[in-house]
Amino acid sequence: MAFQAGPQGSERPIRVLIGKPGLDGHDRGAKVIARGLRDAGMEVIYTGLRQTPEQIARVASQEDVDVVGLSILSGAHNALLPRVVEALHREGMEDVLVVAGGVIPERDLPSLRQAGVAAVFGPGTPISDIAAFIRSQVRT
Amino acid sequence: MDDRKKREMAPTGEYIAGMNTYSQEFRQQGLEGLQQAKRRWEEEEAGGRPERQGSFRTASDLAVERLYTPLESSPDYLSNLGFPGRFPFTRGVQPTMYRGRFWTMRQYAGFGTAEESNRRYKYLLEQGQTGLSVAFDLPTQLGLDADDPLAAGEVGKVGVSISSLEDMEVLLDGIPLDRVSTSMTINAPAAILLAMYIAVAEKQGVPTEKLSGTIQNDILKEYAARGTYIFPPEPSLRLITDVFSFCARHLPEWNTISISGYHMREAGCTAVQEVAFTLANGLEYVQRAVRAGLDVDAFAPRLSFFFNAHMDFLEEVAKFRAARRLWARLMRDRVGARDPRSWMLRFHTQTAGSSLTAQQPDNNVVRVALQALAAVLGGTQSLHTNARDEALALPTEESARVALRTQQIIAYESGVADTVDPLGGSYYVEHLTDRIEAEALAYIDRIEAMGGAATAIERGFVQREIQEAAYRYQRQVESGERLVVGVNRFTLEAEAQPELLTLNPAVEAHQAERLARLRRQRNGGAVEQALTALRRAAEGGDNLLPPILDAVRAYATIGEISGALRSVFGEYRPAAEV
Repeated sequence: MAFQAGPQGSERPIRVLIGKPGLDGHDRGAKVIARGLRDAGMEVIYTGLRQTPEQIARVASQEDVDVVGLSILSGAHNALLPRVVEALHREGMEDVLVVAGGVIPERDLPSLRQAGVAAVFGPGTPISDIAAFIRSQVRT
Repeated sequence: MDDRKKREMAPTGEYIAGMNTYSQEFRQQGLEGLQQAKRRWEEEEAGGRPERQGSFRTASDLAVERLYTPLESSPDYLSNLGFPGRFPFTRGVQPTMYRGRFWTMRQYAGFGTAEESNRRYKYLLEQGQTGLSVAFDLPTQLGLDADDPLAAGEVGKVGVSISSLEDMEVLLDGIPLDRVSTSMTINAPAAILLAMYIAVAEKQGVPTEKLSGTIQNDILKEYAARGTYIFPPEPSLRLITDVFSFCARHLPEWNTISISGYHMREAGCTAVQEVAFTLANGLEYVQRAVRAGLDVDAFAPRLSFFFNAHMDFLEEVAKFRAARRLWARLMRDRVGARDPRSWMLRFHTQTAGSSLTAQQPDNNVVRVALQALAAVLGGTQSLHTNARDEALALPTEESARVALRTQQIIAYESGVADTVDPLGGSYYVEHLTDRIEAEALAYIDRIEAMGGAATAIERGFVQREIQEAAYRYQRQVESGERLVVGVNRFTLEAEAQPELLTLNPAVEAHQAERLARLRRQRNGGAVEQALTALRRAAEGGDNLLPPILDAVRAYATIGEISGALRSVFGEYRPAAEV
């Protein structure tokens, strides 16, 4: 699972923001993923609970991240995830990779993809798969 | 320790003390012979045989030996096990347990509008459920009205949306509150929802003395794991003490708190940590109420607990027994409670949501059955069994029914409810019970040395312990050291998606309209007056329940009442730490 930044640090590590949009308090997954991606060599920032889409987008822009990972288990994903993507665009972050995880039924995936969520990782996804997906999508 | 031993013997008298000495001598001779025989058996029979793994551990990482005998189990029956309904309650809190009455089958449910949830409750009661358990949506749990901008997308999602007494009247319509006990999973605004329940009972003509049920009202675990806190710890803890004191006077049958390990376990902690953190939180509530001038025996009998039933079957059975014994000892010997009801740990159990897999969801029926069986063998007072589809969405009516049927099969067909504590005396279960009790006590002592649970949580100690355990588990699953059927072994290439519950998308608009109408129709002057009185009480030291009840009766909304308290108490904003 180890990810090496370029040989002489010529390449900066991938920067990831893990966000919890909405009122959901379940953050086991968010924290475990944050730890796992950090152990995979990425730089990870966690927003903490109860962030509005605008707050998440602002932090993403300030921290100049490559990836925004959104964790949501409250069933509000159809309402909130597209709003995060829109807020990111307003911050000028059209290129940032947006992925999500949590309790998100398969029937909602097409509309989320269309809204700009590149991938949804359901319960049981190995962190190594998520890290591999991120690496395949972010420049390098 | 000597002191405690003496007190443990006290209730049963000298006759039993004499018997103890006799049986100990007898036992000592027997144990020496057993020790030799066991050593011989290890050498001659078991020792050389290959086993599946180099070592075995429980789900919580406790070492598991090949064989347990009287050598490794409880040294003293009377002081460690005793009799059900008697200190230290290892074998159960009631003398006859399920021979008298089964546990309460209490399925946590609620979604959408009050009307929809009311229909689901009536359906569950018709199906033979014996108590209600109300799930509130996140805006309600955070003291926000359904039309608050922060509530967008969340209204009616994880539970029912309740913004005012009007919604509560609809939710409980046609449900006789003098005969049904109701558990409400509500924490930061628990006092407000309790006040709404009381106000509905008043309208039904049911006196408060007859109300039975539970509010979760456990704020410490919200900071530690569950996340639905509003106010900072000090005023939150004051609200809890106010509920204890109000209920001691007016709602003698009400469980004023459900001190919960469930969510900390879901967040990833081990069985030992679940017992330790829960009981440490319990001690914090007790000590604060005593410091506020309440007599421990006036409120402690109404404390209740809430645990998780996880996958490691025997470890879970032992966990429930250990928690019961340890709480009895702490309450009697450390806190000094004198009423035996204050020593009793009565608990609700829910099966482990985090153990359910999105992969091959029907397998979850089996997981839930095993977990439910562990809860029953552990002596639970009430039980929620999860539905098989909960890793995917809220349960459908059909999957909720299978979950309830699972409990009914255990109760009516398995026979395990026909004698008290049937696993008591199992060498392994007794050993695990001792071990979990000892390790949990060591944790509690560490927490007490930090200044108690509130301090340990404010410093992030409990949160870090939980996170470490959760991450360790994830790594074990990813490395294949821990197997999860259908996830990292025995997987399917393609899976059919089951039919899932679809929520009514109009809930949010419906609730917003109802609120707008309510605000037009109610007496605005009376609402203002009640909120002003509440703010004044919050600034002072009076019990907050009476002014909250007045505001509820005037149809002030949950957002307005919480808002009044927020304006005095402020909001809690912890630093995010990973």
